[in-house]
Amino acid sequence: MLSLIVFLPLAAALVLLALPRLGDSIARWTWVAVAALDLALVVGVWLAYESPAVGQLAFEEQAPWIPGVNSSYHLGVDGLSLPLIAMTAVIFLACAVYALREPDRPRLQAALFLFLQSVSMGLFVSADLILFFLFFDLSIVAMYFVIAGWGHNDAGRSAMKFFLYTFLGSLALLVGFIGLYIAADPHTFDMVELTNQAPLNGSFMAGGLVLAAILMGLAVKTPTVPFHTWLPPAHTDAPAIGSAVLAGVLLKMGTYGFVRIAMPMLPEAWRAWAWVIIVVGIISVVYGALVALAQTNLKRMIAYTSVNHMGYIALAVGAAGLVADDTAQARSIAVTGAVTQMVSHGLITGALFLLAGVLQDRASTYDMDAYGGLAGPAPRFAAFFAVGAFASLGLPGLSGFIAEFQIFTGSIAAAPVTAVALVGILLTAALFLRALQRIFTGPTRGRSTGFADLRPTETWSVGALLFLSLLIGILPRPLLDIIEPAAEAVVELVGR
Amino acid sequence: MTQAALWLMVLLPAAVGGLLALNPRVERFATIVSLTTATATAALAISVAIARPSVSMPFMAGTDFALGVDALSALIAPMVAVVTLLVLVFVAGEIRESRARFHGLMLLFASAALLTATAQTLPALLFAWELMGAMSYALIGFWWRDDHRVSAGLTAFVTTRTADVGLYVAAAAAVAGGAGLALTDLAEGSPGWRDVAAAGVLVAALGKAAQLPFSFWLSRAMEGPSPVSALLHSAAMVAMGGYLLLRTEPLLAATGWASTATAWVGAITALVLGLVAVAQRDLKQLLAASTSAQLGFVVLAAGVGSVAGGTAHLVAHASVKALLFLAAGAWLTALGTKRLAGLYGVARRWRLVGWSVTVGALSLAGVAPLALWATKDAVLAAALEESLWLYAVGLLAAALSAAYAGKILVVIWREVPQEGATRVEQHLDEEQQGSRHVGVLEQAPLVVLTVGAAVLGLLALPPMGGRLASALGEEAVDATAAEWAVSALIALVVLAAVWRWGVPEPRWARGWLGLDAATRAVVVRPTLALAAALARFDDRVLDRAVTGVAAAALSAAKGAAVFDDGVLDAGVDAASRASLRAADRAARDDDRWIDGLVEAFAAHMRTLGQIARRPQTGQLHQYYLQAIAVLAVGVLLLVMVR
Repeated sequence: MLSLIVFLPLAAALVLLALPRLGDSIARWTWVAVAALDLALVVGVWLAYESPAVGQLAFEEQAPWIPGVNSSYHLGVDGLSLPLIAMTAVIFLACAVYALREPDRPRLQAALFLFLQSVSMGLFVSADLILFFLFFDLSIVAMYFVIAGWGHNDAGRSAMKFFLYTFLGSLALLVGFIGLYIAADPHTFDMVELTNQAPLNGSFMAGGLVLAAILMGLAVKTPTVPFHTWLPPAHTDAPAIGSAVLAGVLLKMGTYGFVRIAMPMLPEAWRAWAWVIIVVGIISVVYGALVALAQTNLKRMIAYTSVNHMGYIALAVGAAGLVADDTAQARSIAVTGAVTQMVSHGLITGALFLLAGVLQDRASTYDMDAYGGLAGPAPRFAAFFAVGAFASLGLPGLSGFIAEFQIFTGSIAAAPVTAVALVGILLTAALFLRALQRIFTGPTRGRSTGFADLRPTETWSVGALLFLSLLIGILPRPLLDIIEPAAEAVVELVGR
Repeated sequence: MTQAALWLMVLLPAAVGGLLALNPRVERFATIVSLTTATATAALAISVAIARPSVSMPFMAGTDFALGVDALSALIAPMVAVVTLLVLVFVAGEIRESRARFHGLMLLFASAALLTATAQTLPALLFAWELMGAMSYALIGFWWRDDHRVSAGLTAFVTTRTADVGLYVAAAAAVAGGAGLALTDLAEGSPGWRDVAAAGVLVAALGKAAQLPFSFWLSRAMEGPSPVSALLHSAAMVAMGGYLLLRTEPLLAATGWASTATAWVGAITALVLGLVAVAQRDLKQLLAASTSAQLGFVVLAAGVGSVAGGTAHLVAHASVKALLFLAAGAWLTALGTKRLAGLYGVARRWRLVGWSVTVGALSLAGVAPLALWATKDAVLAAALEESLWLYAVGLLAAALSAAYAGKILVVIWREVPQEGATRVEQHLDEEQQGSRHVGVLEQAPLVVLTVGAAVLGLLALPPMGGRLASALGEEAVDATAAEWAVSALIALVVLAAVWRWGVPEPRWARGWLGLDAATRAVVVRPTLALAAALARFDDRVLDRAVTGVAAAALSAAKGAAVFDDGVLDAGVDAASRASLRAADRAARDDDRWIDGLVEAFAAHMRTLGQIARRPQTGQLHQYYLQAIAVLAVGVLLLVMVR
């Protein structure tokens, strides 16, 4: 089942590539249909899912692959990955719908995004480090082509910066993986096996170095301060759907690595270095929000809020490493919040980037001061953006609150110093309300005049993402029922 | 059944409000749909106040999303719902455009306020609490074409959210202290964490209730439409700040210090914002400052443990203040001004509105036997039990209430002499074009609220006061007859003095103590400057460092390429050329030299071989001599080396 979910989009991509005479409209709709089918399959898995035991996976598939280094084709899901593959499927479907009006090489774009979808799905269900690494790097390659091929302004340069930076990060990750492989006895790249072994427990120095390599790789991808500078140009010059996937899905590969690889496989090192991760998280939260506050370019601003939002995740998983007897509940609340934040940020920021794409489409600029009073000509756009903005600043009733309330409750209870990061929710409130004010209120002026409101493809794609955020915000249980057992498992594993 | 009613009371206005707010096509039916919903909600609120159901569903962090109606909620929830209905009736006559959006947002707000009033756990409370803030943002900035109104909404939201952070901390403290997230359990946390929780709750409540030092946002919020002020800044939102302290009174009391702090913040706010109110020249600004001051009495009540007195004051004040804000709105629409100088004699022009405001203002002044006279005295009686100083400050604040209420009365009733008429008229239409008309829909709600402003004091008077207190689980503190009389007398004396001499309007108080400007200077501007500096740092240092590293790598690569071409490759070339030459030469020399050498070497070796063969004679004695010679040389060597 998981293999089907992973490779269905790839198969469709190959078919699209093999038929160069295919009409544009058929190509676009094929993409939508395949993305919808893939989402349906994920929903099927969701409905049939039952939480596996600690350290185990559900829906496992395993086949020999590179037996020489004990690396196998091994897939599986648990409460950490299932919400993410669901979120991934939703975002890709939203992008497919949004791109129904894409005039530029739609067949190639569809094929590229389907390939990227396969890669992203594959990463989240991988249970083998080599497989994980393969998907990790392929995602970078595919995103390079998305930015370079369909971006605007200085797209080539931004794409190259993105590629080199994250690719170098992935090399650090590979070094860490090899460290884990060597330390394991018998040597293996199997993630379930490595989680059970926790091979570097007891060797402080080697554990620290391997963790450092892995963290370096993940921190670049996440990104956390100070490894974030590839993010703003990549977003600014990427096409709308590229940004949505980059922020919604690709950034999660970094944070997912924390809870999937770093914490359960290197518990002792994680506990030893938890303070560093907390500090990096706090700095990312505050620094990201402050820099975002100073931006005048909407897309750059949203990009920096991603640094802020990823910071919450870092501080929560860091706080989960401060093991004490009486904080087990708090730490599992923090990790639950962190995983919820991954899903929530994907939906909300995906929606915001798609909406930012509307500005580029209509008036070719993201400069907030070029607009004003946009709520007049484009009321629906204004309403959607307002909902997205409030979701992103963590307003209750939307998914961001569910995530951030748990992150803060759990983290502050486990490590009171993390209360400093509460400044982040004030700064994001201020910056989003300022952005709303600059673009949408006041007298209609500048590029706002004659601005066409949202078209159906935009309404449906963004609307779906925001609706899901609302659903999670009001009825979080279906999601939390999946995440909570897995978060408790992570807390248990990191306490070994 | 009653459980469904409780859910419905919250969900119905939320769902209808959401539909109205996001769907501009329903403009034509907006009013009727909204009024029907508000009526149903009010009926539901009254029914749950009688039936007292509680409901819950699993939520997050191991806690339920729990709602329930107890004696406190049973008063507050109907109050919110009824005032909402009355305000929306007024809105039907007042707001002419974007009705769907306005009614939608008001209903959403009402839903959040009702949820706040019935929430039983911290996550549910915070959920509703912040939604109220967001709706207040949208409502204050409702006329979004005016930048200053949107800015006012932003100030309100960000200021109250700053205080809301307290609730996040309180939630963490409740989990860490082992108390759990149910509001009733908060007092049971371990001592250190319990103090943190109390501090968090206190800060959040002070922010919403516009107490010092957060009061300034309420002044800015007066940029919003008057019906918004009537609901948000009288019966709900601001009132909910007071409500939260009444709700968590056991937690405050458990820490000791928090109660005292609460009481004093309340008393001082009542006093200082009373002075601010006296100094105002704009009717809505005066009412806003008076709201902060009156909420100060509620906060004081929570601090001295008089939940019953505080609740009665909260409910009575809601009625009084909603009435006064609606009247101010009606006059603003009719005359185009809310400046007191433009409202001289206005009570004579619209008699019903005039008399309603008169009753409201007399109640606000604390004239017996009107509502706020009784409720305020209930609070002050409890304060006196706690400390004489608190009582004295409270009494002084009560005198100020009479002063600012008197100021309103003087303006609206005093006839304008002929020569002053033009001075009054020049204020007309200064804010908007007045309609010179107050309709039936605007007047009807005033009548209901006037009745409330007159009789709701019964909640604090025997026998109702005692019953309320025991329903809330506390001993009734009845004011003595002397206390009742003193406060009533003070009110009358102050009113008479104001009528005769007027009131001073100190400059420092007129600008709300400069709190807004101070916040700008101390918090807002430094934050923006820091943000800009960090953004520059990000671009010029961090990013440039990365590109610098990349550039360095590139130039290193170029260097390597040059080295590769110029040195390594050339070296290899040269080496190979040299070796070719060498090989050539070697080939030439091979025959002449090497071969010759080899031959010569071989010849020498043959000669050596012949020499070496000589000692091998085969005769034993010769071998023996040779052995002795070698041994002698060996011994000699050994001796010499040592």
